[in-house]
Amino acid sequence: MSTISSPVDATYIPLWRVRLRLFWRAVKTNWAMFAENPIGLFGLGLIIFFGLFALAHPILISTVWEAKIYDPVNGFDIEIPYHPSPPSAKHLLGTDPMGRDVLSQLMFSTRYEFALGMISAIVTVLIATSIGAIAAYYGGITDILLMRIVDLVIMIPYLPILIVMSALMRVGMIELALFIGILSGFGGTAIVIKSQALTVKVKPYIEAARISGGGDFHIIFTHMVPNLLPIALLYMMFVVTGAIFSEAVLSFFGLTEIDMSWGLMINTTQVFGYIMRFDAWYLLLPASLAITLLCAAFYMVGRALDEVVNPRLRER
Amino acid sequence: MTQDNNTLVDVQNLSKLFPIGQGVFKQAESFVHAVSGVNLKIKRGESVGLVGESGCGKTTTGKLLTRLIDPSEGNIFLDTDEGRVDIAHMRGKEMKIFRRRVQMIFQDPYESMNPRLTIYDTVAEPLNVQGIGTVAEREARVSDLLETVGLTPASSFLFRYPHELSGGQRQRVAIARALVINPDFVVADEPTSMLDVSVRTGVMHLMQDLADRFGVTYLYITHDLAVARYMCDRIAVMYLGKIVEIGNTEDVLQHPKHPYTKALLSAVPVPDPTYTREPILIKGGISRPVDPEPRCRFYDRCPLADKICEGNDHPPLEDQGGGHLAACYHI
Ligand SMILES: Nc1ncnc2c1ncn2[C@@H]1O[C@H](COP(=O)(O)OP(=O)(O)OP(=O)(O)O)[C@@H](O)[C@H]1O
Ligand SMILES: [Mg+2]
Repeated sequence: MSTISSPVDATYIPLWRVRLRLFWRAVKTNWAMFAENPIGLFGLGLIIFFGLFALAHPILISTVWEAKIYDPVNGFDIEIPYHPSPPSAKHLLGTDPMGRDVLSQLMFSTRYEFALGMISAIVTVLIATSIGAIAAYYGGITDILLMRIVDLVIMIPYLPILIVMSALMRVGMIELALFIGILSGFGGTAIVIKSQALTVKVKPYIEAARISGGGDFHIIFTHMVPNLLPIALLYMMFVVTGAIFSEAVLSFFGLTEIDMSWGLMINTTQVFGYIMRFDAWYLLLPASLAITLLCAAFYMVGRALDEVVNPRLRER
Repeated sequence: MTQDNNTLVDVQNLSKLFPIGQGVFKQAESFVHAVSGVNLKIKRGESVGLVGESGCGKTTTGKLLTRLIDPSEGNIFLDTDEGRVDIAHMRGKEMKIFRRRVQMIFQDPYESMNPRLTIYDTVAEPLNVQGIGTVAEREARVSDLLETVGLTPASSFLFRYPHELSGGQRQRVAIARALVINPDFVVADEPTSMLDVSVRTGVMHLMQDLADRFGVTYLYITHDLAVARYMCDRIAVMYLGKIVEIGNTEDVLQHPKHPYTKALLSAVPVPDPTYTREPILIKGGISRPVDPEPRCRFYDRCPLADKICEGNDHPPLEDQGGGHLAACYHI
């Protein structure tokens, strides 16, 4: 880093560029560690594949796929006499009992799965990090109250609650993402983050910051949170997996107001009585496989990140 | 007690009790008297050493003086531009301003810096939280100080992370950080005890040098008498939360008055195989000052202990001549 010079030099580089450079260097070293793990790379590959898969849908619809036939929700192919129809050149994964293209449905749903996973993961981790950091930092009665809330959330059977909720009100994709984010699992994550926060809290650099006049806000955001973020990121990956899975379960029971999703595709199959029909494999298999693979992908990335974040797990 | 203008820190009857077995819904059963009734005056520009065995309350005293923890009792007067202020009961905005006057250097250079912040961010933090200067000014000041503490060229250290530095270098960073806002008073809690012997003297020398240059007053906490002798003008010997002897360094080390100081000195190895020294025997091991009896703290281990010691409270610090104070009934 000899290129960085002090402000008195003529070759002075502004602080923000130095920070950008440092950030980039950190990204590179972390990537190198991540890339050592084939499982993580495989998971990341899968996620990228699904990302492209989702992106391709609007492009296909506006170019080669005629909307009237290929629309994932309202499309219908009148040229085919009997639906569902098995895979053909025109419909690579066949059509469902309502005459809609299965591949189009599969691709269209992917963006929702991503959005759902990300929103609920961000919500969960935000709550968990705040609770963990605040409970550890303030301790005492605050800690006790927050931890009892955490216990409650851990004990809540959240799927049944979601089922009741969806019976009572209209549950769209955003609502579902928020519900899952809030109810599903900040409990465990909050405990892990709190334990990490406790080890950070007693470090002398926290005392040094306080002696310099740093307030609670400063200490929590410059010293505690940056040390908690890696773990938070890690748990985000696992929450995504849980969220996608929960959505699939709810949609399968027809409890959500989502126009199309992988769970809903399985639901349609079941409603029309094709669920145990192996000749209609093209109805069940694509959506099930997509759910499994995307969940697994986030899980694998999480595992690989775990090794980056927890040096103890690294083999060397 | 006369008050001369030269006194920077005046500690009066300072105590800190830590409750034991206290819960949110439970009263404490007993208390550790970590610091009890300490009186100490530190003159501007001098270095006072605080020595004593492990657990005697040195760090607690340091933390009280920097107001990392709140005192249970007593006053700490600090001489500032606005006159003498009591920092023992300060809060809020006043407290934040006080934070510019007093800094601390910690024992462990590996733990006293956030591993996720660069050296620049660590050193500039006091300026940052106190809102002193512009970003460019802070950068200039930090570079300047890094060079002063011997990390040259500063540009090659500014944006590195603590884990890329050696222990000695980190402690130099910690010193730079403590001095960045021009404090009057610095509490150094065993700053060299975790360092390799080879870099220890370098760091001690640096601290002395900077004290002269910036007019910093140190409270230098250590359990190493040789270090105290090298660094300090005066030495205060602490035993179970009490200062038992205080005086000019050479007076205390050459002519110790208190039996505990004598015992401490007899434990220092002498690099002369022919030297024999009459051993001073003290009984027992380190104890913790949990709800101590109202008598001399050293009673249980003292070779001189008798009826007077048993019947009376802890002896007061009395002047034995020449500003050399000791707390014992048998001097
Ligand atoms: N936060 C605390 N809660 C309860 N007891 C404490 C706390 N901090 C210190 N003590 C107790 O106060 C006494 C003095 O501790 P202190 O850390 O000041 O000792 P020290 O002289 O710095 O020792 P060392 O040389 O080992 O650093 C000890 O008996 C210790 O157990
Ligand atoms: Mg200590």
